[in-house]
Amino acid sequence: MNVKKQFIDGLITQNPVLVQLLGMCPMLAITTSMFNGLGMGLAVMVILTCSNIVISALRKIIPSKVRIACYIVVIAGFVTMVDLLLKAFVPALSKSLGLFIPLIVVNCIILGRAEGFASKNGIAASALDGIFQGFGNMVALTIMCIIREFLGAGTFGAGVLNGGAGFQILPESVAALGMILPVGGFLTLGCVIAAVQYFMNKPKKTKEVAK
Amino acid sequence: MESITSLLSIALGAVLVNNFILSQFLGICPFMGVSKKVETALGMGMAVIFVMGVASAVNWPINHFILEKFNLSFMQTVTFILVIASLVQFVEMFLQKAMPSLYEALGVYLPLITTNCAVLGVTLQNAQKSYNFGESLTYGITGGIGFLIAIVLFASVRERMEFAKCPKSFEGFPIALVAASLIALAFMGFSGLKVW
Repeated sequence: MNVKKQFIDGLITQNPVLVQLLGMCPMLAITTSMFNGLGMGLAVMVILTCSNIVISALRKIIPSKVRIACYIVVIAGFVTMVDLLLKAFVPALSKSLGLFIPLIVVNCIILGRAEGFASKNGIAASALDGIFQGFGNMVALTIMCIIREFLGAGTFGAGVLNGGAGFQILPESVAALGMILPVGGFLTLGCVIAAVQYFMNKPKKTKEVAK
Repeated sequence: MESITSLLSIALGAVLVNNFILSQFLGICPFMGVSKKVETALGMGMAVIFVMGVASAVNWPINHFILEKFNLSFMQTVTFILVIASLVQFVEMFLQKAMPSLYEALGVYLPLITTNCAVLGVTLQNAQKSYNFGESLTYGITGGIGFLIAIVLFASVRERMEFAKCPKSFEGFPIALVAASLIALAFMGFSGLKVW
């Protein structure tokens, strides 16, 4: 079992959002404050890990013809649990994420990992894969949040740091509200992915030159 | 009379003001994935209108007469996604037998719709806003129309973009996101539109 490779895959080379381009909807919709990003990232990570474990444990029992439906039932079960737990213990998060918690069911990252990894690998490897891929997703969400929150509201870490208020870095009058609106979501994600592509292509280029 | 106005305002909201893709961010995956050509975008849009309409119509009685009556509302997510998945399967089989031409036209897009968050989103929103049957159906169908408009507009922009020059690291997906951002900016102009 190659733990280090799995970790690097999840975080960088096979990052679910920035490289595999899965799970775009929450990535664009809820990344307006650090609180939302971390909360969503954690929720997805927990669900992904649990569903990976269960699907990997059941991989020899599930008939391949109805596998997608089986995966969806497993995932929907965990999503409902997380939804109810958040409603009970972190109502503020549940309120600000709203519809996007039940919609984790159709998040392509989870179904994609179930189909692409958990259905072929053992339980321990699948659990690690869930944790690392979930972590990669959380990092990407948090990066988006930090950029959009800073440009859109001028704060850093709203809802998490400084007793929930966050640090006001830019005065509010300077902040561009558009960055928090849908427009800013598309624009920021475009730029972040472009930056990732730039850095991923860089080492290859130097190799080509060396040849 | 009042009900017609409320239906109209739901329709206007779903198509333009609160467009599913461009202002609610539901259904981004097919929006980015199947928008390289106008024709395929059109096919996907049609399939989504159909499934969203049928899903709203089927899930409303289930939610109203079974889940709410027996205090099972917490099972909404699981029930709705199962209903949608089996519905898509049924629709696929039915179309294959009854309307092969439409089936051919929709092609691979039908199975993909199961994981389209706009479909699950519309049924969950119907339940949340406690719409009645007519309102749910209107919201479903017009939401699909909004999806169609957005994806066709985006595909036409993207076809042109193939020939445009752009920085190397922006090629492909990132520049498409930037274009989507500009379309979203244009749709922001509709905000505040109302039916009196």
